[in-house]
Amino acid sequence: MNIMLISVVVLGMIGIFSAAILYFAAQKFKVEEDPRIDEIEAVLPGANCGGCGFPGCRGFADACVASLEGKLCPVGGNAVMEKVATILGVEVSLADPMVAVVKCQGSCNNRKKTNSYDGAKSCAIASMLYAGETGCSFGCFGLGDCVEACQFDAIKIGEDGLPIVDDEKCTACGACVKACPKNVIELRKKGPKSRRIYVGCINKDKGAITRKACSVGCIGCMKCQKECTFGAITVENNCAYIDFTKCRLCRKCVAVCPTKAIVEVNFPPRKVVVEQAENKE
Amino acid sequence: MKTFKIGGIHPEECKLSAGVAIEKMPLPTQVAIPVAQHIGAPATVVVAKGDKVKVGTLIAQASGFVSANVHSSVSGVVAKVDNELDAFGNRRQVVVIDVEGDEWEEAIDLKGDFKRTFNLTSEEIIERIKNAGIVGLGGATFPTHVKLMPPPGKVAEVLIINAVECEPYLTSDHVLMLEYADEILTGVQLLMRAAKVNRAIIGIENNKKDAIALLQEKVSKLIGIEVCPLKMKYPQGSEKQLIDALIGRQVPSGALPIEVGAIVQNVGTAFAVYEAIVKNKPLVDRIVTVTGKSLATPKNVLARIGTPMSALIAYAGGMPDDTFKIIAGGPMMGRAIVNIEAPIQKGSSGVLLMSERESVRAEMDNCIRCGKCVSVCCMGLQPYLLMSLVEKKMWQEAEQEAVYDCLECGSCSFTCPAHRPLLDYVRYGKATVMKIMRERSVKK
Amino acid sequence: MDKLLKVSPSPHVHGGDSVSRNMLRVIVALLPAYAVALYSFGVGALVVSLTAMFSCVLFEYLIQRFLLKGKFTINNYSALLTGLLLSFNLPSNLPWWIVVIGSVVAIGIGKMCFGGLGNNPFNPALVGRVFLLFSFPVQMTTWPRPLGWASSYLDAETMATPLSLLKAGKLEQMPDALNMFLLDTPGSLGEISALALLIGGIYLLITKVITWHIPVSILLTVTAFAGILYGVDATTYPLPHIHLLSGGMMLGAIFMATDYVTSPMTHKGMLIYGFFIGVITMVIRVWGVYPEGMSFAILIMNAFTPIINKYVKPKRFGRVVKK
Repeated sequence: MNIMLISVVVLGMIGIFSAAILYFAAQKFKVEEDPRIDEIEAVLPGANCGGCGFPGCRGFADACVASLEGKLCPVGGNAVMEKVATILGVEVSLADPMVAVVKCQGSCNNRKKTNSYDGAKSCAIASMLYAGETGCSFGCFGLGDCVEACQFDAIKIGEDGLPIVDDEKCTACGACVKACPKNVIELRKKGPKSRRIYVGCINKDKGAITRKACSVGCIGCMKCQKECTFGAITVENNCAYIDFTKCRLCRKCVAVCPTKAIVEVNFPPRKVVVEQAENKE
Repeated sequence: MKTFKIGGIHPEECKLSAGVAIEKMPLPTQVAIPVAQHIGAPATVVVAKGDKVKVGTLIAQASGFVSANVHSSVSGVVAKVDNELDAFGNRRQVVVIDVEGDEWEEAIDLKGDFKRTFNLTSEEIIERIKNAGIVGLGGATFPTHVKLMPPPGKVAEVLIINAVECEPYLTSDHVLMLEYADEILTGVQLLMRAAKVNRAIIGIENNKKDAIALLQEKVSKLIGIEVCPLKMKYPQGSEKQLIDALIGRQVPSGALPIEVGAIVQNVGTAFAVYEAIVKNKPLVDRIVTVTGKSLATPKNVLARIGTPMSALIAYAGGMPDDTFKIIAGGPMMGRAIVNIEAPIQKGSSGVLLMSERESVRAEMDNCIRCGKCVSVCCMGLQPYLLMSLVEKKMWQEAEQEAVYDCLECGSCSFTCPAHRPLLDYVRYGKATVMKIMRERSVKK
Repeated sequence: MDKLLKVSPSPHVHGGDSVSRNMLRVIVALLPAYAVALYSFGVGALVVSLTAMFSCVLFEYLIQRFLLKGKFTINNYSALLTGLLLSFNLPSNLPWWIVVIGSVVAIGIGKMCFGGLGNNPFNPALVGRVFLLFSFPVQMTTWPRPLGWASSYLDAETMATPLSLLKAGKLEQMPDALNMFLLDTPGSLGEISALALLIGGIYLLITKVITWHIPVSILLTVTAFAGILYGVDATTYPLPHIHLLSGGMMLGAIFMATDYVTSPMTHKGMLIYGFFIGVITMVIRVWGVYPEGMSFAILIMNAFTPIINKYVKPKRFGRVVKK
C-alpha cells in the first residue's frame, strides 16, 4: 500500500513538474505568426514544387500575406488564388491557365539516329558531352530529366522517345522547363478547350541542314509568317515561333507548313472548318 | 622512384604503337581548320572565300589575351568560312581550304637540320610563341604564351616538362622524344629562358625506358635540365599530380601551378616551341597516334591540322568491322566522337578505335559502399558521395565536398565494381557547382 | 557505315572489377575454413551450410521476384555468401529449420527490406545469427565436439567452447593454443581454425578485395586490450593470443567486419571502426553476460558506420601547402 502511494505521488509530481516546464517554455518561446498564413497554406496544393518562385507552399503563403501583387500559384491556378484572395479579403487578377509544351517532334521515325548514347541516363550529362544521338543538335534527348523533375506525374517519355505532357495533370509549375538542358519545353497558354497551336521545333540550323536531320523540323521557310494575319508568327534564326498571346487559333499556318512542324492540339478534324476558336482570347 | 601520393590506378597500357616510327601523312585534298582549337576566346577569321593561302599563312587572329592564332596548314584556296559539324555533333566555325600543291611561307626554314643558336630575350620568345599560335599540346590546349607570363607577384622557380603520357594507347610523345630529343631539349631551354627559370625537370614514366636513357644521356651536357623517371600510375600526367610527384608540392585547391612556383609544359609543346623559334614555323601539324586493338597497323603520324580523322584511320589500315566507339584522345579522358570527318586539331593527341568488348559499359548496380572510388581518387574526394549528391541535385553539399576539385581523370568509374558512372555525374556536378560559384562571385 | 557509333562520357575502359567477382573471391577465401569445418564436424556442417546457402539464395530470389519486382540479383553471389557466412556462425548440430529461419531473417530483414545489396545498414549474416541467438539460446550455445563424427548430426557429443570456459573462470581446462590455431576447438562452423581463416584473409588481401585496415586494427586493439588485462591480473585473465584465437575473432575480423556495405569507406574510418569493434568485443567478453561479443560489436559499429562516413573524410589534395 505504502509503495503504491509513494509511486503515485512521485509520478504525479514528476508529471506536474514537467507540465509546468512545458507550459512556460511554450509561453516563452512562442512565435507570433499571422494566423492567415496557416489558412492560406491549407488551401494551397502543398506540393512544395517551388513553381511560384518561393521556397515551398509556406513561403508562398507568407509572401501572399505581405502582398498579393503579382503572386500566382501556377499549380492551383485561379481557383486557389481566389480562395487565397478571399482569406486576405482582397481582389485578385485572374491569370490564363498555362501548360507545358514539348517543342520537338523528332521521334525515331522523324529524326534518324546517327549514333547511340551509352552514358548515364540524364539529359544534363548527355548535353554536356555532345549534341545528341541525331543530326539535330537542338532537339530532345529523350533521357527524361523532365520526367524526373515533374512532381505531378504529368510528363512521361512516350513510345517514340519523346516526352508527352498530360494536360490534366500538368500544373505549369515550370520544373520541367528548368530541368531541360536543351530548352525544348515551354510554358504556353492552355487555350480554350485546351486547343493550342505551336511550332514543334527549335532547330536554328539552316533549312537544308534541318531537313536532312529531321523530317518534321522547322526550316525557316517563312510561309507561316506570311500566312498569319495576326502577326503572331516570327521567324528568327531559321526557326518560327508563335506568340500565344497573339495567336487566334485559325490554323492557317498549320495548313501551309511544308514540313508539318506546326502542331495543333485538341482541334476537331480538319474538314469541319469552324471559326469557333476565335470567340475567346 | 617518385610518384604522386594520393590515389591513382593502373590501367592496362596497350601502347600498341610504341616504337613505331613517325610517318608523314599524305596531304589531304581538303582541310577544315576550326578557329577555336584552344581554351579561351575563338580566333577571328582574317581570310575570306577565294583567298589564296600558303602553309603558315595566318587565317585567324587571336581575339584576346587568352586566345591563339590559327594558321593555314596547307597551301591552296579558301573554299568557305562556315559553321561545320565538329567531332561531337555541334556546329563550329571552320575555315575550309582546298589543297593545291604544298607551298610554304618564305620565312619558314624547311631544312631538317638541327640548330641550337638563338639569342632572344624572354619577351621576344613569348611574342614568337604567341604569333605561332602554340597551345598546350597535351590535350588541354591552353595558350602557351599565357602560361609563360605569371601574374604579377608570382615567380616561377621551376619548369616542369610533362612527358608522362599516362593515358593508355597514346604514344605520340614517346616517339617524339625518341626522334627529336635534341630539338625538344632546345625547346626546353627556350621555355626556361622565356619563363626566367634556371631549373627544368622532365618527368617521364618508367614504361618509356628508351626515352629516359636517351634524354638522360643528352641532358648530361646541358645545365639546369634533369630527367626524372616516375613510377607508373595514372593520372600522373595531370598537372597537379605531376608537380606533386616531381617536387613534392601540392597545388592548393582552385589555384594554378604558379602558386607553388612551377610552370608545366607538355613535351610536344617544347618541340613546337623549338620549331616556332628556330625554324620560324607556326603550329600547322602535330603527331597523332592512330591506334586500336583491331586496327591493321597502329601508327604515329605527322598530320596537318585540319586533316579529317577518317583520313588518318584509312591511312592506318581502314576502319575495322568491330569498331564500336571512336575516341579523340586516350581511353581514360578522351571524348567519344560521332563524326569521323571532323578535323584533327591542335589538341588531338590520338584517334582510338575501340571494340565493343573493350569499351561497352556494363549495366550499373547499387553502390555496395566498398570505398574503392575513395581510395583511388587522386584528389582525395569521395566520388560515391558526390554522385549521390548530384543525383539529388544537392549543389550546396556538393560544393562543400569540393566537387570542383575533380580533374575528371575517370579513376573512380574505372574502378567501380558496381559499374556506376561516377564520373558522368561528378562532371555534371562540377560544371553546375562552378557555374553557381561564378554567378555568386559576379554578384559580389 | 551501317553500325551506329556508340557515344558515352569518359572513361571508355573499365578495370574489370565487379560485384560478383568480389563476392566470389570472398567465397573462395572461405573455402579452407569450410574444408576444416567439414572435416571436423562431418555431416552436421554439410547439412547446416547447405541449408543456409540454399535458403538464402531461394529467399533472395523470392523476395526479388514477388515483392520488390526489381532487378535479378542472385547472380552476384551475395546471397550465397550471406548463407555461407551465416552457417559459419552456427553450431553444426543446429536443426535445419532453425537454419532456415535464420536465413529468412538474414536475407529478408537483414538485407532485402532495405532495398537489397548496398542499402543494408547491418551485416545480414550477423543479423540472422543474433536473431537466432536470442530466439534459440539453448540450441545456439551447445557446441558439438570437433572430430566427434556422430552418426546423427543432431545428437552429437557436446562440449564447452574456450570462451565459455574463460567466462566460467576455468582457465586450466582451456585447450592449448596450437589446437585452437589449427582445428581442434569447439564452436561454430567457421570458428574452429584460425589458420584456415588467415589463409583466406591473405588471399583477400592479395586480390585486393579487402584492405588491411579493418582486420589489423581489430586484432591489434584486442591484443593490446587483453595484454593490459593480463598485465593487471595474470591469474584471471589469459594471455592475449587466447583471445585472438578463440571464438569468432578471426572470422569476424577478416570476413564479417570487412563486409563492404556495412563498413566505413575511408582508410582512416576503417581504423576507427576496427578499434571500436576490438574494444566492444573485449568489454563484452570480459565483463558482459555473453561469452562472445564479436557479432554484437560488429553490429553496433555497423550502426555507427554512417556517422564515421560522414565525419571521417579522406585527405584532400592541396589542402596542406608545403612551401
